[in-house]
Amino acid sequence: MPNEIIQLRGIHIEFDGDVIIDNLNLDIKDKEFVTLLGPSGCGKTTTLRTIAGFVTPDEGDVIFDGERINDLPPYKRQVNTVFQKYALFTHLNVYDNIAFGLRLRKTPKDVIEKKVEEILEVVDLKGYRSRSINSLSGGQQQRVAIARALVNSPRVLLLDEPLGALDLKLRKDMQIELKRIQKQTGITFVYVTHDQEEALTMSDTVVVMKNGVIQQIGRPKDIYDEPANAFVADFIGESNILDGIVLRDRLVSFDGATFECVDSGFGENVPVDVVVRPEDIAVCEPEKGAIRATVKLVTFKGVHYEMIAESCGFSWKIHSIQQHPEGSEIGMNIIPEYIHIMKKEAGTAN
Amino acid sequence: MKSKVIAVPYIVWAGIFIIVPSLFVAYFAFTDSSGSFTLSNVARIGEYTHVFVRSILYAAVATLFCLLFGYILAYIMSRLSERAKSVSLVLLMLPMWINLVLRTQAFQNILMDNGMLNKMLALLRLPESHILGTPAAVVLGLIYNYLPFMVLPLFTALEKLDISVIEAAQDLGASGFNVFRRVILPLSMPGVYSGIIMVFIPCLSTFVISEKLGGGKVYLVGNIINDMFNQNYNFNVGAAVSLVMMLIMIVTLVVFSFLDDETKEGIL
Repeated sequence: MPNEIIQLRGIHIEFDGDVIIDNLNLDIKDKEFVTLLGPSGCGKTTTLRTIAGFVTPDEGDVIFDGERINDLPPYKRQVNTVFQKYALFTHLNVYDNIAFGLRLRKTPKDVIEKKVEEILEVVDLKGYRSRSINSLSGGQQQRVAIARALVNSPRVLLLDEPLGALDLKLRKDMQIELKRIQKQTGITFVYVTHDQEEALTMSDTVVVMKNGVIQQIGRPKDIYDEPANAFVADFIGESNILDGIVLRDRLVSFDGATFECVDSGFGENVPVDVVVRPEDIAVCEPEKGAIRATVKLVTFKGVHYEMIAESCGFSWKIHSIQQHPEGSEIGMNIIPEYIHIMKKEAGTAN
Repeated sequence: MKSKVIAVPYIVWAGIFIIVPSLFVAYFAFTDSSGSFTLSNVARIGEYTHVFVRSILYAAVATLFCLLFGYILAYIMSRLSERAKSVSLVLLMLPMWINLVLRTQAFQNILMDNGMLNKMLALLRLPESHILGTPAAVVLGLIYNYLPFMVLPLFTALEKLDISVIEAAQDLGASGFNVFRRVILPLSMPGVYSGIIMVFIPCLSTFVISEKLGGGKVYLVGNIINDMFNQNYNFNVGAAVSLVMMLIMIVTLVVFSFLDDETKEGIL
């Protein structure tokens, strides 16, 4: 399998008796943008540090380009990292920071000069080469950190929540910028974040993690549309998660009503989790809806209104471009394609 | 304005106890016993050139060893757990609560021919040492007394160093030695400079340590000044020697704070 640059096989990591990563298996393809996504403490950073070489797994193999590299120290690995707080060398200027890795590799001076100038252009920091690190803004420091890693032309670039410290506007710009750099250089990116929107925007593949276990691996659209379980559904975007019963194939009952759906193979009269996205609910006249509910709270969110509506047994979150006043009665319909049915799993229901 | 009011007590203090005595020193240095102006005291300093050279040399050697041992100690301490850090800091400070003269007296007893050092050497079946009364004993005493003053600023500088900066260096291909040379050492230079100032200056002016451990055979600038004032009652020559000493210290201070500012400019 020449296409897979990194393979993690049965990785198990414990710190002080706490299991951080439990039997993790992950293949990362060459030239891919992979995002490890999950809440804090889910093991995503530890997974990244395992690839970088700062953490040695207690069990399992780290395979790079077909070779086991468990015992290879970080400085010998063909990966570079962009650290969460950038970790720039404050005693060196922008140029010397970026040239750091090249100099250690005994690169000739003129080659260093050329490469640093090129990379400064890529990260849009031309003319900043002599500036001291502390005179730069957060966004600029962040780009120096990316340049410092990228200039070494690593096979894989590891990014540990690199946009976490930036404000929203800058973060959005940098997301597009990073995606562009990744396409332009063709380097494999492994990106760690807890921001689901960031993950969906940038990635080719998203890996959703929780408590050291991978919950789902897939393309952003697949993960959003077909979450593997209630946790993924809840973490990726907003969701209504209800207890339901599959009556038979393609028929499910929840919140006192029966709906047609597209899923089959669950059996008959089996309890399941039902997930419905807030934007997938069609609001109509009360008498025309499959479910009736009373609007309790309306919040303006810019593009849409977010409404909390209570039916007989559930508090629904609805996104609609139409506003219905608080206290009014509404009806709700959901088309079969928008009803996602998941097997109940111990510990995944929120 | 308020900050100036608060500074008044210090300015008065500094005036009475620092400026005025310094002026007295200058006055005595440039007058003879009858009180008339003369340059003969300053001219006599030439006789003591070899003592100045010796003092500077011993202080420099002691500072160098303090830097070497202190850096290793401070680095280890900075990587300890929070609890172990505070314990080791207390252990480091503990001897400093004992008076310098007493500490040096104790050190003298350890180094004596029938002292603890030789008893331990005998236990290990090693030859006896007769170190007391040699320059080595004086330098050893300087290192022993002033090591904590080197460790503290180094520890502060190294503790501030973020572990991720070290990881970044490793990530970029730096092995252990390169990480130290290219990242840890440059980032700890402010601590190195403060440590050198904190150790070199008191080492330069010591007279207790050379007296107790040098057995009267190791004569330093501090001893000249002490003898001139307390035995010979020649305040004028004593003041002239003090004045030159002060100049050497001021030059040291200026040079190292300049170096310190240079590095800080890059860091801040």
